Order: sequence, then structure tokens, then C-alpha cells
Amino acid sequence: MSEPEANQLADRDVAAREPDIPDFRCPACGAAIGGTPEYEQFRICSACGHHLPESARACITRLVDSGSFKERDSDLVSSDPLHFEDEAAYRDRLRDLREKTGERDALITGVARINGIEVAIAALDFSFLGGSMGVVVGEKLARIVEHAIDRKVPLITVSSSGGARMQEGMLSLLQMAKTAAAVQRLHETGVPYISILRNPTTGGVFASFANLGDVTLAEPGALIGFAGPRVAEQVMGAKLPPGSHTAEFLLQRGMIDAIVERPAQRTYLATLLSIVTAPRRGHERRPLRIRRDAAPRALLPGRRFSARARWIASPAQTTCD
Amino acid sequence: MVESFVELHGDRSSGDDPAIIAGLGTLQGHPVAVIAMERGHGEDRTRRHEGRTYPEGYRKARRVMDLAERLQFPLLTFIDTPGAYPGIESEERGLASEIASSLARMSSLRTPIVSAVIGEGGSGGALALAVADRVLMLEGAIYSVIAPEGAAAILYRDVQRAPEVSSKLKLTARELRELGIVDEIIPEPATADAETIASSLAAAIADSLSRLQRKKVERIVHNRYERYRRVGRPYAQAPRRLGIPGRRGPDTRVS
Repeated sequence: MSEPEANQLADRDVAAREPDIPDFRCPACGAAIGGTPEYEQFRICSACGHHLPESARACITRLVDSGSFKERDSDLVSSDPLHFEDEAAYRDRLRDLREKTGERDALITGVARINGIEVAIAALDFSFLGGSMGVVVGEKLARIVEHAIDRKVPLITVSSSGGARMQEGMLSLLQMAKTAAAVQRLHETGVPYISILRNPTTGGVFASFANLGDVTLAEPGALIGFAGPRVAEQVMGAKLPPGSHTAEFLLQRGMIDAIVERPAQRTYLATLLSIVTAPRRGHERRPLRIRRDAAPRALLPGRRFSARARWIASPAQTTCD
Repeated sequence: MVESFVELHGDRSSGDDPAIIAGLGTLQGHPVAVIAMERGHGEDRTRRHEGRTYPEGYRKARRVMDLAERLQFPLLTFIDTPGAYPGIESEERGLASEIASSLARMSSLRTPIVSAVIGEGGSGGALALAVADRVLMLEGAIYSVIAPEGAAAILYRDVQRAPEVSSKLKLTARELRELGIVDEIIPEPATADAETIASSLAAAIADSLSRLQRKKVERIVHNRYERYRRVGRPYAQAPRRLGIPGRRGPDTRVS
């Protein structure tokens, strides 16, 4: 295991157990950060800027306008389709996690406003089975994407995941296809999508919806990659150079648009959202030039016009409320 | 199986992945676009890095998908890979991005797609080329979210327990047909040689294609979306339907 990875794993353990102890120390630099405003508000180190784990719910709360978040599909749970069991039954693991985290699965979805702009938002919680994507995560993600298409509001996803959920087998893997297909429809309908990658984002989540953003951001120092350093070293039989699989590495290689620290994220999103929802010249009353029906018309049977041609032919059918 | 095949090389961006064979050909006299994963045999195995796909491989595949749509050829994909190539060179050339784009492209490709899992369907690297209207699988093939060895290493820290884990992962053709992930199993009787199996696979593909090609392309794409949209939905439910004690959702905590 590489050193950054070891650090990151250690962070998770410490923060998951003792998030609010007063003499809590930064796992990267050792500075006492418990009780500092940066730590309390953003879960970052006031001395070195290290980003510590933050729950999905806390992340949504700090990104959106106060009181604006309305959760959707919060009741979905997995029925344990494979009756999977290792040292403990998957069913029991889920029950314990539900009690421990207060969440029912690893993804929280809903609608909110950022600087008054309505958005659909989804955030993965790494503390729930490593933020892994099984049937519930896939279903909730597809539903929030479809909601963004229906409402014509920009979509924001915040990812932190080890990938597909092993305990649900191939049903988990197929959620990659399901979520990618949903995002493809979002793209075809012209609804903007911003993807934020956090520590760590790997595997099936990084190789599906999280990698299909119109704009892709990452948090500093985040471990991001398809395979993760351990698997890569195992298959290649060689040590990886330090700093591979990080947000900085991906930015340098042209794989993401920007690295944005937590305190700057809300402003960054607000600016970007104000641009993508600004009225197009000549269409002042339609902030988003997006059609009302969920599926692109071209995909529905019996329609002869492409989405764009249809829009020009009958602008009365398109509204933006 | 495919007659008069012309192989196409290169992704028009950075290279040519020998683990993906792509091109145009005919099947029973009708044109098809083909994308096949190839592990190679003997020395060839090293050159094709055991069928582990590089980003260039997925880019080349996407080129052929675009071509299939333009020419209105149906697309056939043959899946046999332990997984995508996980090294640092894959990461820096955008492996995850290529897999995601491939999934998205196949989900909306305006031509019929038939995929056949003919050996090992290794995780996301396999699925990236297996989003299809009809998924066939050889009786003895496997298709898994994670290699059983990897799962055993994670669950028990013991690779030796892979066989035990593989039965839990439900990765055989029969189990996957029950889950609705695979549509049709191509039998591999012990007495049959490779050629016999290949010809029954070809017949199954031709049969699937002739049924698909009777439909309008809009209907095919719509059905394909619904097919993947449905996967797993019956298993993601409100707790009361599963007999788990209901309790108010945590939706009041963010304000």
C-alpha cells in the first residue's frame, strides 16, 4: 500500500470513530485541529489544508442554500438480492450500518438551491460500505437524473466510492450501465451536469456517471482512479510512483477541470450555475433552453424530428419555469 | 463465424490496442460491425497483455460504434477479458473516462447491438462493451462484478478461498439468466468441439439480429434504455415492503 493511501485510510478510521474530540489532530501534519472553525465547518486542517472525510449530508448542507434541501427517495433499501454472506450476512451488515450512520444506503439525493438556483443534487457517503454502488445507489441516482431532466435543473453529484458493491454481484455492475445511460439522456436533453470527486473515488463509480460530468471537479489530495493503487501494483508487479492516482495527477494529465478546496466550492458552483442557467441571447425568457418532456423526442417511437429540429419547429412546446 | 472480415486499427488519437480486435464483416451474408476482446495464445498472449483493455482499446471500439451507427450496421461485441488494464499508464490516458463514455455511447447507439460473453466477463472493463439489446453467454463462461480472487482477498484476505467466493457472487450463465442480466445461454456440451459451439453461437446471434432488425431503431434504443433502467429496481424498495421495521427517513436533518 502506498503511503498516501495508508494516510487516507487512517484518516477515515480516525474521523469515523472520533469526529468531534477536542484534541483531534490532523492525520497529515499532526496539528491539533479539533474545535477550529475550519475543521468544524469544512472538515479541513487549519494548518496544512488537508481535506478529511466529510459525510454526504454535511457536504450537501454546506453547498446548498440553508433550508433549501428536500430529500427524495430516502426510503429505498436493498433487499439483499444474492443473499450474500461472508463472515457476517450482508443483510445484517446493512442493518448495522443503517443504525450506525442514520442513512439507509450510500447515496443521498434531493433538490436544493444554490444562490437561489434550483439544482438536483446527489452525494455518496463513504462511511456506508465504502460508498459502494449497488441497486439502491443506482436506482436513486437514475431517479435524480430523470428528475433533473423533468425539471430541467442542473445536476450536481458528489462522489466518494470504492466502486461497485461486491455483495450485490452483477446487479451492482449493471448499475454502471444504468447510471451512464441516464446521464447520456441528460446530456441529450441539454441539462448541465457538474461532477465533484472526493477522496477516494475509484472503480465503477469513477468509470460511470461520475466521469460523465460536463464539468468535473476534485478536492485537493483526493485519491482518484479506476483501479486504485493496490490493485494496480498487484497486476503490474511494480511500485507506483508517489502521487499517482491523485486529483493533482489527473488535473495535470487533463482528466479533470479543476481542483477546488471545500471553502471555495460553494462560490465556484454558484458562479458556474449562474453561467449555465443564464438566458441565451434572443431567448431571454428561457433560462435553460431545454425541452419539457423527459426523454429526448428522437428516442421516443413514432417521432420524426430530432430534438433540436423539433424545438425550432414548435418553440411553444418548450418552456422554462 | 464472421465471413470476409476486415480489421480496423487504431483509435485516431494515441495508439492501437491489440487486446481489442475491431472491424467490419458479414454474418450469413449481411454486414455487421464487430468488436472483440482477444487474450491471445502462447507468445501472442503477452503482446495482447492477456486481453486487458487499454484506454486506446475503448477509443477504437467507440470509433467502430460510430461507424456502425453511420452505416446502419448492427454491432456485435464479444466479451473475454479479465478486466481493463489497471496500470498507471491507463489512468493517465483516461481509462475510467473511456469506460464511462463507452457505456453512455452504447446506451444510445442508434443501431441494434448483440453482445456475447464467450469466456471471462471481468467487471467494468467487460461491461463497457456489453451494453446491448440482447446478451448471450456461453454455458461455461463467467461474468462478474469482481474477480473471485479479488473478492476473496478483500473478504477473507485469502486468495485460496476464491472458489468459495465465486459461488456467492452468482457469476455463472445460469444464475445471470435468472437475474435477467443474460438473455440466452449457448450450450457447450462436453462432446462438442470449438467449431460446433461457434456455429451455434453464430446462429443465435443471427436469430437475435433478425428479430431486432424488424423493429424501428427508435424503439430499439428506447427498449435498451428501459432494459438497463430496470436492472436492480425490484431489489431497491421501501423497507415496509421488505418486512424491515419502518422508521421515518432522515430527511429532516439537513436544513
